[in-house]
Amino acid sequence: MKIVDARANRPQYLPETASQTAGPYVHIGLAPGAAGFRIFDRELGWDIAGPNAAGERIRVEGLVIDGTGSPVKDVLIEVWQANAAGIYAHPEGGGEVEDGFRGWGRVITDFETGEWGFDTVKPGPVRARGRMVSGVSQRVRDSHPDWQGRAQEDNVPMAPHLNLWIVARGINIGLNTRMYFDDEAAANAADPVLNLIEWERRRATLIARRTVRDGTPVYRFDIRLQGEDETVFFDV
Amino acid sequence: MTPAEYYQRDRRLHPPALTPDYKTSVARSPRLSLISLQGSMSEITGPTFGHGDISAIDNDLIKNYAKDGDPIGERIIVHGRVLDENARPVPNTLVEVWQANAGGRYRHKKDSYLAPIDPNFGGCGRTITDDNGYYFFRTIKPGAYPWRNWVNNWRPAHIHVSVFGHAFCQRLITQLYFEGDPLIPICPIVQTIPDPDAIDRLTAKLDMNAGVPLDSIAYRFDIVLRGRRSTMFENRLEGN
Repeated sequence: MKIVDARANRPQYLPETASQTAGPYVHIGLAPGAAGFRIFDRELGWDIAGPNAAGERIRVEGLVIDGTGSPVKDVLIEVWQANAAGIYAHPEGGGEVEDGFRGWGRVITDFETGEWGFDTVKPGPVRARGRMVSGVSQRVRDSHPDWQGRAQEDNVPMAPHLNLWIVARGINIGLNTRMYFDDEAAANAADPVLNLIEWERRRATLIARRTVRDGTPVYRFDIRLQGEDETVFFDV
Repeated sequence: MTPAEYYQRDRRLHPPALTPDYKTSVARSPRLSLISLQGSMSEITGPTFGHGDISAIDNDLIKNYAKDGDPIGERIIVHGRVLDENARPVPNTLVEVWQANAGGRYRHKKDSYLAPIDPNFGGCGRTITDDNGYYFFRTIKPGAYPWRNWVNNWRPAHIHVSVFGHAFCQRLITQLYFEGDPLIPICPIVQTIPDPDAIDRLTAKLDMNAGVPLDSIAYRFDIVLRGRRSTMFENRLEGN
């Protein structure tokens, strides 16, 4: 592998490996049980919260809908979330999480209907970006104190949300989006990410609707890849 | 230590969402621009995996589904390193693969291609990179197969590869191709990538020195994930 990138503006960096579609048979690799066979002792991503997580137990359900209005039946979604205290299960996630809480899940659709769903706990608000700059940028900012208050939104916590990553046949590079909760209206109104979206009516595409079924809160979140009310996707 | 952002993704290296020659992308591609988001806690963290999540045999596709013998096909080793844009190894990260068998048939209830299922081949594996970011799989070389796009499209032999890195914003799924395959330049899925050098980097290179004589031939495939800004550690830059 060449260490020097040919493009003059990125000397010394390796170029990122290009994405390719996950294809129609993504289940073989990432959810072989759904492909129709058993191979691994343990499939990954089916238990997001574990038995010990604090907070409200919820279910999340939806469809991914293509530009013709049809459900996408071969999609795979990964979810990444904080626990009820707003902490991620990661060395830099802001603290300790409950034993067994991973905050990561993998869900596929029903091949006949395209419906997907998973059980988890409702996350808490996540701490603000703060001064999340470092290295050279941090040194520049530290030497110019007037830059410290540059971005007001850096100090506002993020409303409770799930981070979603969507791959499928026909999707050339995974799509990142977020799901927020409609019973968090005040937090959503202050959320620095929702407020980045210039078109206010598009913010609604990221907000799931709460109902209660058999005593369990169920949030409905349909994702529209294209067309009217196209879901907001992020370049993260 | 201040949490650090990752470098922005260079979208020019990746396929755009809408690539009409790959017909399925037409109705599944967003038409509006992505909203650019600077890294927050939600993007710079991501799931972690350990050896308790997988089994030792999971990276051996020749043995991990064998019932009464070895699978049919050319025995190969695929190996390489997972690095970041700073050329630093990405250790302890989950790498998952899936592929068709030597005849080009997937073990999937939705695949109806007439080539037969191999009773001794499942077609999926996974491993965790070591401290140097190194990984390897043993498998059989997958076959090319036809697919419905134009009337007569054939996928070049390929292995699907999924990598996590250490942050959700590094998440990547791609496909590994094999050096010298004449189907690469005429595949509408490969050619969704606008940059010929980026395609070349998805092409695993024959590596005669890494094979096992009289047993398996080897291909080298390095994977590069997004890099991260340096973090300040005791007033000096860490990394880079």
